[in-house]
Amino acid sequence: MLFYFRMLATRALSLVGKRAISTSICVRGGHGVAKVDDYALPAYFDRRENPLPDVQFVTELSAVQKSLKEKEKGSWATLSNEEKIALYRISFKQSFAEMNEGTKEWKSVIAGMFFFIGMTGLVVLWQRKFVYGPVPPTFESEWKEKEVQRMLDMRINPVEGFSAKWDYENKEWKK
Amino acid sequence: MFRAAVRLSVSGARSLTRPQLGLTAPLAQRCYAHGGKLESDEEFDARWVTYFNKADIDAWELRKGMNTLIGYDLVPEPKILEAALRACRRLNDLASAIRILEAVKDKSGPHKKIYPYLIQELRPTLDELGISTPEELGMD
Repeated sequence: MLFYFRMLATRALSLVGKRAISTSICVRGGHGVAKVDDYALPAYFDRRENPLPDVQFVTELSAVQKSLKEKEKGSWATLSNEEKIALYRISFKQSFAEMNEGTKEWKSVIAGMFFFIGMTGLVVLWQRKFVYGPVPPTFESEWKEKEVQRMLDMRINPVEGFSAKWDYENKEWKK
Repeated sequence: MFRAAVRLSVSGARSLTRPQLGLTAPLAQRCYAHGGKLESDEEFDARWVTYFNKADIDAWELRKGMNTLIGYDLVPEPKILEAALRACRRLNDLASAIRILEAVKDKSGPHKKIYPYLIQELRPTLDELGISTPEELGMD
């Protein structure tokens, strides 16, 4: 009998999404009590794809809120804007506009990227100075001049490439 | 043993069969899954209007219906939304009514013209029931 009453009461209260009764104890087969943990109960969450969550956001209503809920049963045209917003906030935590607004996380991401790229640059510079030995002599401009002259003498790529761009008559690069 | 069975049927029947009555109607969306004919838009709308027009609809059914409807790849017709808003009125739930309007606006995505059209179509109902839009309440 008591069980029926609890079931009906649960049903009735679940109509307004209150969790008060659901946290009470379930008796199972006379073995003892199984406590219903908080995480196992329907939870509130703001989601675009789930506009009406299983429970209200505010579960324990203050006296003001309770009286507002009573007023809600009458005509809604008599409610002021503040009261309507208050009723909304009882049932929901964030409005769609609030839940959809982006964070400013991207700024931290870009900042982090630049920071680490900068750090890497410093590491590379240090390496260049302290780790690597001197550059080979083949990079000196004197050597390079001799190298180019040798390539021209050998007629490297004379048709369309390197030597084709050199004017052998006037000993200068073609314009 | 018998009492346990009765208990289950009283509470179980209530909680299982009633939602299921609501579930079978809207969830069978137009699809060829069982080789049936494709449901027309009017039939789809009519089904959902009937769902929300149930006189003794309960809060669970409203939530389930709304969440399912929002899950579909469409923005509901004004007549479906009107039925849903009236269901909110029967349940004395203004917050859900406002939430439905927000959800529908969000559902339109980049198509900005849909929401004003819906509000325009729903204006008589909104005025009759005294529902303010989220814009009127400054919630956007």
